Amino acid sequence: MKVLVNTKVNGTPVQEAVTPRSSLADFLRDDLGLTGTHLGCEMGACGACLVLLDGAPVHACLVLAVQAEGGTVETVEGLTETGAVADLQENFHDRNALQCGYCTSGMLMSAQALLARNAAPSRDEIRDALSGNYCRCTGYEAIVDAIAATGRARTAATESAQTAPTNTEAAE
Amino acid sequence: MTLHIGQSQRRENARRHLAGRGRFVSDLALPRMLHAVFVRSPMAKGRILDIDTEAASLCPGVLRIFTAADLNPRCQPWVGTLDHFAGMQSPPMNILAENEVLWAGHPVAMILARSRAEAEDAADQVLVDIEDTEPVTGGAPVLQPGAPRANEATDSNLCYETLLETPDVDRAFTEAAHVVEAAFTFGRHTAVTLEPRAVVADYDPASGALTVHHGTQTPYQFQDVYARHFGLPEGKVRVIAPDVGGSFGMKLHVYNEEMGTVAASLILGRPVRYVADRLESFVSDIHARDHDVHGRMAVAADGTILAMEVDDLTRIGAVSAYPRTSAAEGNQVIRLMGAPYRMPDYRGKLSVAFQNKVQTSQYRAVGHPIACAVTEALVERAAEATGCDPFEIRARNLIADDAYPHVSATGYQFEKLSHQACLARLREMMDPDALRAEQAALRTRGIYRGFGIASFVEITNPGATFYGIGGARISAQDGAVVRMLPSGDIHCAISVTEQGQGTETIIAQVVADQLGVAPERVSVTTGDTATTPSGGANWACRGAGIGGETALRAGRQLRDRILTLAGALVQADPATLRLAGGAVVDAASGAPRIALEEIGRIATYRPDTLPDGVDHSLTVAHHFAPVGYPFDFTNGIQGSLVEVDTETGLVKLLKHWVVEDCGRIINPLLVDEQIRGGVVQGLGPALFEECQYDADGQLTNGSLAEYLVPMAVEMPDIEIAHIETPTQDTILGAKGVGEAGTAAAGAAAMNAVNDALRPFGACLTQTPMTPLRILDALDAALQERTAP
Repeated sequence: MKVLVNTKVNGTPVQEAVTPRSSLADFLRDDLGLTGTHLGCEMGACGACLVLLDGAPVHACLVLAVQAEGGTVETVEGLTETGAVADLQENFHDRNALQCGYCTSGMLMSAQALLARNAAPSRDEIRDALSGNYCRCTGYEAIVDAIAATGRARTAATESAQTAPTNTEAAE
Repeated sequence: MTLHIGQSQRRENARRHLAGRGRFVSDLALPRMLHAVFVRSPMAKGRILDIDTEAASLCPGVLRIFTAADLNPRCQPWVGTLDHFAGMQSPPMNILAENEVLWAGHPVAMILARSRAEAEDAADQVLVDIEDTEPVTGGAPVLQPGAPRANEATDSNLCYETLLETPDVDRAFTEAAHVVEAAFTFGRHTAVTLEPRAVVADYDPASGALTVHHGTQTPYQFQDVYARHFGLPEGKVRVIAPDVGGSFGMKLHVYNEEMGTVAASLILGRPVRYVADRLESFVSDIHARDHDVHGRMAVAADGTILAMEVDDLTRIGAVSAYPRTSAAEGNQVIRLMGAPYRMPDYRGKLSVAFQNKVQTSQYRAVGHPIACAVTEALVERAAEATGCDPFEIRARNLIADDAYPHVSATGYQFEKLSHQACLARLREMMDPDALRAEQAALRTRGIYRGFGIASFVEITNPGATFYGIGGARISAQDGAVVRMLPSGDIHCAISVTEQGQGTETIIAQVVADQLGVAPERVSVTTGDTATTPSGGANWACRGAGIGGETALRAGRQLRDRILTLAGALVQADPATLRLAGGAVVDAASGAPRIALEEIGRIATYRPDTLPDGVDHSLTVAHHFAPVGYPFDFTNGIQGSLVEVDTETGLVKLLKHWVVEDCGRIINPLLVDEQIRGGVVQGLGPALFEECQYDADGQLTNGSLAEYLVPMAVEMPDIEIAHIETPTQDTILGAKGVGEAGTAAAGAAAMNAVNDALRPFGACLTQTPMTPLRILDALDAALQERTAP
């Protein structure tokens, strides 16, 4: 027996029939083909499946697809298309903060959520915020560097916007 | 002429991953694909009485259920021995357990269903009746005569044993001023790649072609394995390894599940997918280490190391792994002991024992962390016994940088290493005097910090004497096809593979420099046996050294072809021309003569305008096998600074340093990140990672909630410096770097923890150094101090 789920995924309304036990991760990957969300442990420990549900990071392996009813889901594919994490992606690339790439989507989700609540985190705060993201390849330092650099750049951009003259609306 | 070799360049293929566009086997879905799930033995040892699949076969979505009788006859059994390991024994293995189950997790039945969920539902309905017997799970007693056997097919639990010794080793111990010794235990741990093992086998009965999409680092090895074990012509077998979510040696072994997936596809004539879930990974991926080592070191009064003697007992699975065996790690342990030091005498004994647990086999830095930890812990004890400081005793004993070539007491030939330069550089970076002052000041406040250092040697670029000599069909050579496209762009298809370490990027850099183009104009294809030449691919740190040299030589051959053709076109002696800036230029003046685009256009679309007899083939193939030394050893040294909470036993890693010499560095950015990742894979097992078993052979912490992997918050920043000693065996001069970090990180951390605990007289010799073990060591030291 399947049930209908109405949700918005990466800005697009989606109506799909799913088995009630389907996880959000399986729904995104198998039904919608959004394979940028990865599965590493299927028990909420590794962070590879993190997506944003109504703006907050959730483990897509622990959330049922039916729980996304009426909600909005953003995956790495959506955040890439909107450019919301373009600066993070660029800093990850510069710093080689990924190797096999399997943890990367989840890292971007945690980083984006961290920087939304703490624009200029310390290295310790970044490491703490990644406490639910497992990476076997990098040793984490490059990821910490990339997130720190993004935080600095975003803060600098915000500050310069605040100190800029007010007649620059066209610049937007 | 060298423009891009040596430059930090970003990985082009990282862009896909950053956008969520990686292509992993676990993402792949093919038309008519079935999902495989395995029913596993819940017991570590026993006899199968009955397997009842009737209820399961009635479950929704289930297509077939296989037991050994259905599947195994389709596959030639495999035997995990090598001819050059004299006297080694291991019984044949096949896909599903036939009569005996040999470890908790041993597959006994295979379900094929429309979806994975349905297959798992059905797996729950399979009734397996096993008469369990007491498993072999212990240490040394399993080797005693008459001990119960892990596997009824072998005559004892001894899989392999060997002994290395120099003639004067006993005299060295007799004459030594000091003999230091300790018993060490290195726990089992496992790779925990974030993408589990994944395979999609797709047999097309119409054409007789088998395509296997396989998350592996060695596709050619599996092309050979599938062809031989399933009786298929090799040319009909194609193995594609797309993006692989971590491998680290774990994904180059033959596993029951992958063989079962191929067999099922051959029988059913449709695609079959198997992706391990994390719980299955813990009970089916190879584990590593599991060694008990007793080590002694003979030292002269002035701190000169005279000899070492070690006895290594390693416990593998009930069957040796295939095709690289489960004995190679122990073999490397006893051969790497004392490797950085001038030490003239040595005795090393190795015993490899069967037991009813998951197989062990090669995982990143095979044997290195054990040899390094034992050696470096004994060096610390020797320093203590002779009143030397850790830097001083190493300076006294490390092979001098001008004393090469050198042959180690275990027989390894070193072309040229740089231990002393590395030691001096580490000293500058760490400033041990300042650390000692800080340590002393903090101790007065009840804060216990310590630092430790560890020198190491790493095996890279192995030649055919490593496996080929033992009869294993494991290639030590690699191949590349480099061609110029009509646009003047370059394409390189090469047998070394990419798992995120940056293989494709460095190959593009190397090829670009041979052809005078920017790396952006070089596209690289890897990981597909149908489109790339056969080779060893990636194992034992060979991608840069062997793969890079292959690409370099192929690139130079294409360069010569292009220059010959250009000579005919511009009517110049090819010897007066060279390639630069995407064009053929005058060698002397650098003046452009003809662009690569123009050569490509004429060679492809207007060969009719070329003078008669001019060869316009702008494709070359080249294979390269290592020559000269059997291995290109690398070397380095690591340092670790820790703080130990003596109330809780918790260790905080404060800082880590690495000085490394991997020869010619092709891409500093990627080299440093290989080292950092490697260090963390060494620190994990030193402090956290352990596959814990109970006496019944049950893995008790086989999930990511219970098995502790290193996470960001626990790991230190890692400072890296380099010495560059290129090998003279190749033009490129590159050696490997992937395992250096893992080789010595744990040894440095162990020395650091013991340095922190020195005021208490406590000393750890077992990894992981868990809080409980640290508290136990503190307790034991306290009891010793207060004993009457």
